[in-house]
Amino acid sequence: MREFDYRRADDVPGAVALLDADPDARYLGGGTNLVDLMRTGVERPARLVDVRRLPLDRIEPTDDGGLRIGATVTNSDLAAHPEVRRRYPALTEAVLAGASGQLRNMATVGGNLLQRTRCGYFADVTKPCNKRLPGSGCPAVEGEHHNHAVLGATEHCVAVHPSDMGVALAAFDAVVSYRTADGPGESAFADFYLPVGDTPHRETALPQGALVTGITLPPVPSAARSRYRKVRERASYAFAIGSVAAALDVSNGVVREARLALGAVASRPWRAHAAERVLNGAPASADYFAAAADAELAAARPLPGNAYKVTLMRNLMVAVLSELAEEAAR
Amino acid sequence: MVPPTSSSVTLNINGEKHTLSVDHRTSLLDALRERLDLTGTKKGCDQGQCGACTVLVDGRRTVSCLQLAVAAEDREITTVEGLAEGERLHPVQQAFLDLDGFQCGYCTPGQICSAVAVIEEHAAGWPSAVTDDVRPEAGPPPLTPQEIRERMSGNLCRCGAYVSIVEAVTRAAAERTEATEEAAA
Repeated sequence: MREFDYRRADDVPGAVALLDADPDARYLGGGTNLVDLMRTGVERPARLVDVRRLPLDRIEPTDDGGLRIGATVTNSDLAAHPEVRRRYPALTEAVLAGASGQLRNMATVGGNLLQRTRCGYFADVTKPCNKRLPGSGCPAVEGEHHNHAVLGATEHCVAVHPSDMGVALAAFDAVVSYRTADGPGESAFADFYLPVGDTPHRETALPQGALVTGITLPPVPSAARSRYRKVRERASYAFAIGSVAAALDVSNGVVREARLALGAVASRPWRAHAAERVLNGAPASADYFAAAADAELAAARPLPGNAYKVTLMRNLMVAVLSELAEEAAR
Repeated sequence: MVPPTSSSVTLNINGEKHTLSVDHRTSLLDALRERLDLTGTKKGCDQGQCGACTVLVDGRRTVSCLQLAVAAEDREITTVEGLAEGERLHPVQQAFLDLDGFQCGYCTPGQICSAVAVIEEHAAGWPSAVTDDVRPEAGPPPLTPQEIRERMSGNLCRCGAYVSIVEAVTRAAAERTEATEEAAA
């Protein structure tokens, strides 16, 4: 690991000033991803600015009935919070589906958003990777890609975003707040992660040197009946090979509002707008759930080794929507 | 001026303060084992995947391999060496011994530290990934073997002593509940 300077920030403007928009410096949250990447040489910062003790560790209701979640709230505290569990149960389920109890205690909400892909080529500094070393190529397209993207990828990068939490945040239209030397700013979740295009190394819309300060969840009445379901290769403590966050508001057998987001299928948590368009106003039945899934997956471009994901995601969407519809009918 | 790459830190471990100079790259795990001779905490994977290095930081279980020592300054750190009260083992330690919650023992300090925290997390009402209904109105889930397996999934045991580990955690959790009820009575 490269040697580095370490500074601890006391307040948000101080943290931004310490980082000084230096591309060779990184904010340190829980460290569960960054420290690991530093050990393998993927990240080689000259300076760490420790933001773990900033006063951004609260979850507060907003005036309009949403929730504001500070960037240094740990995954554990987010998942356990009574208002999160009551108003956005899929968010608690998503967070609890990720990592282990130890890692959830360390990891922060801000860090979760900015964690890097677990693509094996990205993690291996002896291999080419357009995300790590722009222009060097993407060996995953013809190599090991059984857990890579089927939506929104390009020949330049087929890696997936590994977050579970982000999938629920996408479904609920979260807004990311950040701070730069110029002051505060925000980004809708839909705009936060950039399209892959030919610049997979550019992952978010954050300006250089920006510090994520929190996430705001708008009031989402349908989220009170929401679910997160994750499929993985062992029963616990593994990244998803596919996941769904869904909320369904059904009245007299008709879908009044559906929210659907998919995980482990794209470079970002994937909001399933095409599926939602089919669902809204449609009968809450398995036929329409399947039609909605097919509408979303019409854009899927699987690779030889991950075509199974298209079937998996179709079945997963239908299963979660059916489960929510059954709950609504009770 | 070249910025410093090491710092003097004071670590509060098992109630004792230790001041030492650490290279910023030093993990809490390496500081414990290599600098402070607290070798109860074990190094397994050194990448946050096996749980052998689990310690408590401000009461929260943490993998010490991914925790930089310099960033742990002023935190209350409890290692497996700090769980017993004098000669009296912590109830979780005693349960692991009585019910054979280990074979080779290498993962055991991490398992025990994790179990201590699991029992507290459950007592605080935290749901888990296998909890049917996470809404607070549903109340805390009973600490079933399935709940324990999920909550302990961050601690791998290469010998496969899981069956006995689940029994040990079950007994220690029940003892804690009884003790709480007796204190309330």
